[in-house]
Amino acid sequence: MTGNAPFLVVGIIFFLGLYAILFERNLIKIAIGISLLEASANLLLIVLGYRSGGSIPIFTLAGEVRTMVLPTPQALTLTAIVIGLATSALLLSLIMLLYRHYGTLDVREIRRLRG
Amino acid sequence: MNWQIHLPALVLAIPLLGAFASPIAGLGGRTVRNGWMAFISITTTAVCLLLLQKVLVDGTAVYVMGAENWNFTLPSGLSWPIRIILQVDAFSAFMAAVGSIAALAGAFFSLSYMDKFTGLEKFSALYFLLVTGMLGMQLTGDLFNFFVFLEIASVASFGLIAFWRDRPEAVEASFKYMIISTLSAMFILIAIGFLYGRYNAVNIAAVARMLHMGYAEKIALVFLVVSLTMKSGAVPMHMWTPDAYAEAPAGVTCLLVGVSQASLYGLFRVCFSLYGSSLGSPVIPWTIIVMGVLSMFIGVTMAVIQKEIKRLMAYHSVSQIGYILLALGVGLLALRDPQAMADYGFTAMKGGIFHIINYTMYKGLLFLTAGALYYSAGSRNLNELGGLARVMPYTTLMFVIAAAAIAGIPPFNGFVSKLLIYQSTFAVYPLLAVVALVTSVLTLASFVKVFQTAFLGPAKSKFAKVTEVPGSMLIGMSILTVVIIVLTLFPTWTLAHLVEPAAKALVDQAGYISAVMGGGL
Repeated sequence: MTGNAPFLVVGIIFFLGLYAILFERNLIKIAIGISLLEASANLLLIVLGYRSGGSIPIFTLAGEVRTMVLPTPQALTLTAIVIGLATSALLLSLIMLLYRHYGTLDVREIRRLRG
Repeated sequence: MNWQIHLPALVLAIPLLGAFASPIAGLGGRTVRNGWMAFISITTTAVCLLLLQKVLVDGTAVYVMGAENWNFTLPSGLSWPIRIILQVDAFSAFMAAVGSIAALAGAFFSLSYMDKFTGLEKFSALYFLLVTGMLGMQLTGDLFNFFVFLEIASVASFGLIAFWRDRPEAVEASFKYMIISTLSAMFILIAIGFLYGRYNAVNIAAVARMLHMGYAEKIALVFLVVSLTMKSGAVPMHMWTPDAYAEAPAGVTCLLVGVSQASLYGLFRVCFSLYGSSLGSPVIPWTIIVMGVLSMFIGVTMAVIQKEIKRLMAYHSVSQIGYILLALGVGLLALRDPQAMADYGFTAMKGGIFHIINYTMYKGLLFLTAGALYYSAGSRNLNELGGLARVMPYTTLMFVIAAAAIAGIPPFNGFVSKLLIYQSTFAVYPLLAVVALVTSVLTLASFVKVFQTAFLGPAKSKFAKVTEVPGSMLIGMSILTVVIIVLTLFPTWTLAHLVEPAAKALVDQAGYISAVMGGGL
């Protein structure tokens, strides 16, 4: 029913995130770009495991179920979300420290290390 | 049944225990904390060396987590492995041993080096977490676990690079590394998604068995190669390397050198064991070769003009990574052709793998001596240092050994691996060997500069009170010096007993697959 539309969404989110990381100048916007990339990777995994009309992959008290979605991508995504949470928290706290040191969030002005 | 079958799990469990018990050890005061750090790093190295010895004798070791039995790779009734599997062949065990020696030296060095700072129980927790991540990347037989361990290593290293968080430069370096590293981790996850979508498996051996080159596989390969070379610090994505290596505390830099090898390990595992003979066209090998040549040359030319000692050494890391990429790229090029493999491919792989251990040892030692200079003289700027050979004789001696090794002066170990690389790359395309030689000359030039300005020259009055560094820092440096001297004295033994099995394991894709998948589906 949905066809390839979810993959299209994955692609759009991926390129939006990549664009933000490469071309934005505000550190917070770069952090948002990284979160978008994480979201697209997670969505890709979930979409790959979907079987149309499938139910949740739990056997206990499942009743009459014909198809189930694949459980492995869901386990992978859950792990990836937890890792993404840790990375985002650390990223934001580093941005906070950078702001405290440099007084700006502009990447063009945070460049003491060069050459 | 003996306890040695559990070695692969122990290699990961011991540093993990060390990491999470560090805050508890920290409650006992300075002695307990330092003792704990020394104990865990010695045990980890010992277990890694035992594992290497076992793998060299018994062949590839497999360990299944959570199954009824440790070697139960295929659960009953299923034809593909869905367990969490550690797969250790000679190459993995070799890399794990190299990384754990670097970690041991860095840990001992850090005991005194970090002594005047607070929050050290957190430091040692992050340190061992980084060790766990590095060893996990090298031992796992599963693509998704590779991603998880890569993220463990990355997150721990962000914290360690920014450990001196009151220094703006350290936070800036950590942020840069974080962007690059998270980006490459996400690329790896997407590549894993592509492979999973095609084959419903994430086990490297299982995917490798079914792999047929198509569009999805090509996209996944490009994502993996790009992200792993980015993480290992090769040109064109090398700009995080000098910042992160220069701003991290010296003991951590020594370990980070080992961690960048884990990304290289991932790259070669993907190229040789996952894709292997189905790689087809020579585009990927040539891409790796070209990236290697560019890294060598750009890295060393940037290094020559540096004034800060750790930045200079960090640019040399970029150029040394180039040697390894060049050598293994040539090996990959020769993979499909047995004649070429026998002529020059296998020599190149031996050279590249020997260079991995040489590079980790002497580069780690160089970063530690730079840290010792900073600790004693309080400066990393070459324009300010001078005449330190009088007051720091041991550091000077070890610096000279490491510098001679990296410059490839005979009879040091760097010469042996570089000679193998020159010989084999010359057979492919003479220009490659020429670039490698020029790089080696420039490396020598810049280390002569460092030696002359920092250690020789008249004694400066402001360094009159400088003394030799404390004992534990000397122990950390001597560990690496001893390894370099052993490699220097016994290159033939090392090549025959450590390097050649590792190179054979890397080439033998069928052996890697059958260790998990058994005889047939």
